[in-house]
Amino acid sequence: MIIDKIKKDFQIFKNNPNLIYLDSAATSLTPDLVVDTMNDYYYNYNANISRGVYKLSEIATDKYEQAREKVAKFIGASSSQIIFTSGTTASINTIAFGLMRKISKDSKIAITASEHHSNFVPWQRLVSKDRLSIIKLNKNGYIDLEDFKEKITSKTSLLTISHVSNVLGTINPIKKLVNIAKQINPEIIVIVDGAQSTPHMSIDIQDLDCDFFVFSAHKMCGPTGVGVIYGKKELLEQLTPMFSGGNMTDKVSFTETTFTQIPQKLEAGTPNIAGVIGLGAAVEYLKNIGLDNIKTHEAELLLYTQQKLYKTFGNDIIIFGPSNIKDRSGVLSFTFKNYHPHDIASILDSYSNICVRAGNHCAMPLHTNVLCVVATTRISFYIYNTEYDVDKLIEGLKEVKKILK
Amino acid sequence: MSIYQEHILEHYHNPCNNKILDNATNSESATNSTCGDKIRIDIILNNNIISDVSFSGEGCAISQATASMLTEKIKGEHIDVLKKMTKDDILSLLGITLSHTRLKCALLSLEVAQKSILN
Repeated sequence: MIIDKIKKDFQIFKNNPNLIYLDSAATSLTPDLVVDTMNDYYYNYNANISRGVYKLSEIATDKYEQAREKVAKFIGASSSQIIFTSGTTASINTIAFGLMRKISKDSKIAITASEHHSNFVPWQRLVSKDRLSIIKLNKNGYIDLEDFKEKITSKTSLLTISHVSNVLGTINPIKKLVNIAKQINPEIIVIVDGAQSTPHMSIDIQDLDCDFFVFSAHKMCGPTGVGVIYGKKELLEQLTPMFSGGNMTDKVSFTETTFTQIPQKLEAGTPNIAGVIGLGAAVEYLKNIGLDNIKTHEAELLLYTQQKLYKTFGNDIIIFGPSNIKDRSGVLSFTFKNYHPHDIASILDSYSNICVRAGNHCAMPLHTNVLCVVATTRISFYIYNTEYDVDKLIEGLKEVKKILK
Repeated sequence: MSIYQEHILEHYHNPCNNKILDNATNSESATNSTCGDKIRIDIILNNNIISDVSFSGEGCAISQATASMLTEKIKGEHIDVLKKMTKDDILSLLGITLSHTRLKCALLSLEVAQKSILN
């Protein structure tokens, strides 16, 4: 990968020449190609989809459906299995609402201790706390397999799990976990939160064999406000639509309404047309760079960062998550002496123009109950990051130490 | 301008009134959910005069320094002084401007102190 060339794809680096962006796990930067593709919609064929019989609307509809095909291909699905939402949070809430009637009153939901709030709170709201089984992590940030096998029983109707932890970076062995879960209970529905994996590695949905897979456009070079649900067809058909209204109906009378087929059934109202088309462009952009190249690049950066941090700061730095680089994605959360992460992030920003995340990264139970720290500082990589960024980070952290002592 | 000015760092490294008052007449604590900062404020009220005040807990330099400055400011004052304090008073104590996110860190101790004297 030629990073200098990649950096030129992003206008934001021209406008902010000293920007060191290390927060792609929160949101990735957007290449000009994606912005241009979205502008093209507004400038040249701005019309609503699936309704108009005039040319502009037909072009918009075609482009929107082409994006669905691109996204489907990107993860190895067929286009009728792709539902567009407003983001991963909306995707998970849509599934939780849609399955509400299907989940029997005495069944349980299994979830891991490392989930992002978006894959935790919707389920916590759905069932009473004695019906939520929390699967433990071991001290290196891996799922405790013994506990996994204990918590999944014939009474577990649903397992929901992140592909990659947004704090620890752990890549969970989804295929293996789906297999074990289905052996224990063939009826179990497995939902995978792919928000942190889809941007960084090649996804083969047939191989993972989960029932639902969700992710967001804005973490993979696409725009904010677009998310995806992949689902197995028979399950998508069983989801009760969370939203009803235009675009999702078949026949409407004063007394009764019948719904149309998926995917439209789950896409009520006018969608984020430009955004979805933008995601289509983002997917093409990532495919051209190559997902395997992206994964290798991030692994190299991770290793470099890990070594530099320990070499420069020794025991003052504690890095959470697997120490084996091959088990983690380009996310690295740490504590630095007793400095508060908010102070670290503020100083890195104001002195060195480095963007990092500070806090509990929407994973409060993980911080409170597993890591036993109030907050961490998180850096996360993407295609435009280089060793230079890491060197600047190290310099920045030295400055933090100088100021906070 | 950096928010880590000398006087703020001085309060952070050597905070005033950083203890628990066992004989407090009013106590209150709260957490900032975005970063997990915890602040507890203890006050001893004597005929509506704040005869002693302290803070404890953990948090970032801004939240700790503000708590230190606030307790200095209100010690010996009538509770009306505390009741009437606003965001702007805290910012003028700090002498800096703060972003939306960091403002929460700075305002936590005032919120807790004002809540402690509500009843």
